[in-house]
Amino acid sequence: MKTAYLGIDVGSISTKAVLIDKKNKILARDYLWTEVDPIGTVKKLLYSLSDQLAKINEHHQDNPYQVQAVGTTGSARRLIGSITGASVIKNEITTHAIGTTSLYPEVRTIFEIGGQDSKIILIENGIVVDYAMNTLCAAGTGAFLSSLAQRLNEKVEDIGEIALTSDNPTRLAARCSVFAESDMVHKSQIGHSKKDIIAGICQSVVTNYMNNVAKGKRIIPPIIFQGGVSKNIGVTKAFERTTGHEIHVDPDSHLIGALGTAILAKNSKDPRPFDFRISEADFQTKGINCDKCANHCEVIAVYQDEKLIDAWGNKCDRGRVI
Amino acid sequence: MTKYKVSFPHLGNYYVPLERLFTRGLDVEYVVPPAITKKTLELGSLHSPDYICAPFKFNMGNYIETIEKGADTLVQTGGVCRLRYYGELQSQIIKDLGHDVRFITLSRGALSKPVTLYQSFKEINPAMSVKQIGSTLPVVMTMIESMDKVEDFVRKNSGFQKAPGVLETVQEDFMQRLRRTDSKKDVKKLYKKTTDHLLEIPLDKPKNPIRVGVIGEYYTIMEPFSNHDIEKELAKKGIVVDRWVNLTNTLFRKDWKRKKRVRRYTKYFMGATSMFTVDQGLRFAKQKYDGIIHVKSFGCTPEMDAMPVLQNISRDYKIPILYFTFDSQTSDTGIQTRLEAFYDMIMMRKGGLL
Repeated sequence: MKTAYLGIDVGSISTKAVLIDKKNKILARDYLWTEVDPIGTVKKLLYSLSDQLAKINEHHQDNPYQVQAVGTTGSARRLIGSITGASVIKNEITTHAIGTTSLYPEVRTIFEIGGQDSKIILIENGIVVDYAMNTLCAAGTGAFLSSLAQRLNEKVEDIGEIALTSDNPTRLAARCSVFAESDMVHKSQIGHSKKDIIAGICQSVVTNYMNNVAKGKRIIPPIIFQGGVSKNIGVTKAFERTTGHEIHVDPDSHLIGALGTAILAKNSKDPRPFDFRISEADFQTKGINCDKCANHCEVIAVYQDEKLIDAWGNKCDRGRVI
Repeated sequence: MTKYKVSFPHLGNYYVPLERLFTRGLDVEYVVPPAITKKTLELGSLHSPDYICAPFKFNMGNYIETIEKGADTLVQTGGVCRLRYYGELQSQIIKDLGHDVRFITLSRGALSKPVTLYQSFKEINPAMSVKQIGSTLPVVMTMIESMDKVEDFVRKNSGFQKAPGVLETVQEDFMQRLRRTDSKKDVKKLYKKTTDHLLEIPLDKPKNPIRVGVIGEYYTIMEPFSNHDIEKELAKKGIVVDRWVNLTNTLFRKDWKRKKRVRRYTKYFMGATSMFTVDQGLRFAKQKYDGIIHVKSFGCTPEMDAMPVLQNISRDYKIPILYFTFDSQTSDTGIQTRLEAFYDMIMMRKGGLL
């Protein structure tokens, strides 16, 4: 039997999953929009990975791959970790660092922009030495690009290419999504062309990132850019213009978090063999408002086929469910 | 004659010495504000300007809840930043809400000028006696000093208890007993007994434990509810948590060498706690701590000014610094994520496997 490891990254906008072998090679991969339904999305992804694995196993019938451990990351890591019986539930900063250094051991700087967060991770000799993450506000992230693209009646997937056609990006306010949007409308009304505005938006993502997340950090190449926004070539080029360095984007740049947590699951001392049939089980979550004091903790209870399997969210023992 | 029912907003566990100051020193009743909860913050935010710093909102919530509990006199301190203006604004808001209470701001009083302090106290209770406050103040100071020392010990060792929570239980018990002490001698005796007890609690501390220093803005650093219990969360991971900022160190100790120590990094005074922040950040860096956590409330200008200085320290001494900004609506999840990553990073730097 050959061993495989599953990594799931449940982000605010999209959910990513990878299966790796013991040499960290990706065997199967897929991603889907989360659409505010993390459990349903993960189930669909598990079906897809299960199919891909079955096809691979056709060639290795005497020695099939078997998933030995699961790792989760992303904002729904606790919930998904609980229903998949994960060995590792890890924050997205660590998993991105682990995933990236496994592919690019020489990396010094990681730019990561996801759906609602953005971070910078500085690496020296393969270990994280500093990091920063956006606080309080999601300006300059994927959510910002999506909302402006919608306003411009363009697909968010297309705006990177459109941005490349402009040689005169419009200057836009980058501090805040709401200000950027009104600024964008104003610039279009005074006659800036759409392609220049789109290039301006890509530039403003970078300006925002440099002024907030990367402020005060020493940026040293090689630089790897990842997260959903790294698929936007316009933003990548704007990063190159701003930093004066070449920016690497891996073809799997959106999967690095999932890869990282799969690697951590592989290294974990607590392997828990995983059965894809879990995607057929019925999972329900229930929010309970504890009213034992004025804190009103929101306790989340998770049920598998009507049986309580996990609960969290209480600040003290009085609110304990499980 | 019925006594005034006086209250002062919460700051960690300091309601215990404050209660002593007001009841014995000023001969008034003291209304302990109900423990801060989400409701306190909601009430406070509802009646505060949106962009004011978070401590203002917490204080506001405390005031409203204590008025509901029967307080008729509210006291606000002065300070060296926007805190100085809190009182004026808060008294106006409370008046506009239709509460008929006295509001006394100590802004005019300064610790360095006892006369001004006396005038402020006189406002709280015109019938106060100088003799009484004179005999109470030393007791209050001893109370503050001993509770600060106990808290410091708990912070540094909580993460290594063989049975979690024992240190905290002793500390809570100490605070309850402290309320019932009478004289300076009593306080000292209780402190001695508590220390002996604390030292007996079995610890499982490695030779070179992970050490993290906490620095930042006065209120956020000292009121655990406002920083989402960040010190406890750190300790839980098996970390020595070190924090210099407390009332003893900031009010009772004068340090004339601070300015000289920080001169390489900052020439001018940047207001409020910024110099403490830089000085302590530098100390943690020089003493080779594994990391520093900087906390502030949203919009705290002096601490914002201290941040670029901290970045220079971080670069020179290669010490990681994690910055937290708290407002009224930060969720626990984001804080957990950043703390967990910070811990992982320290472990990686130390060469520990994940």
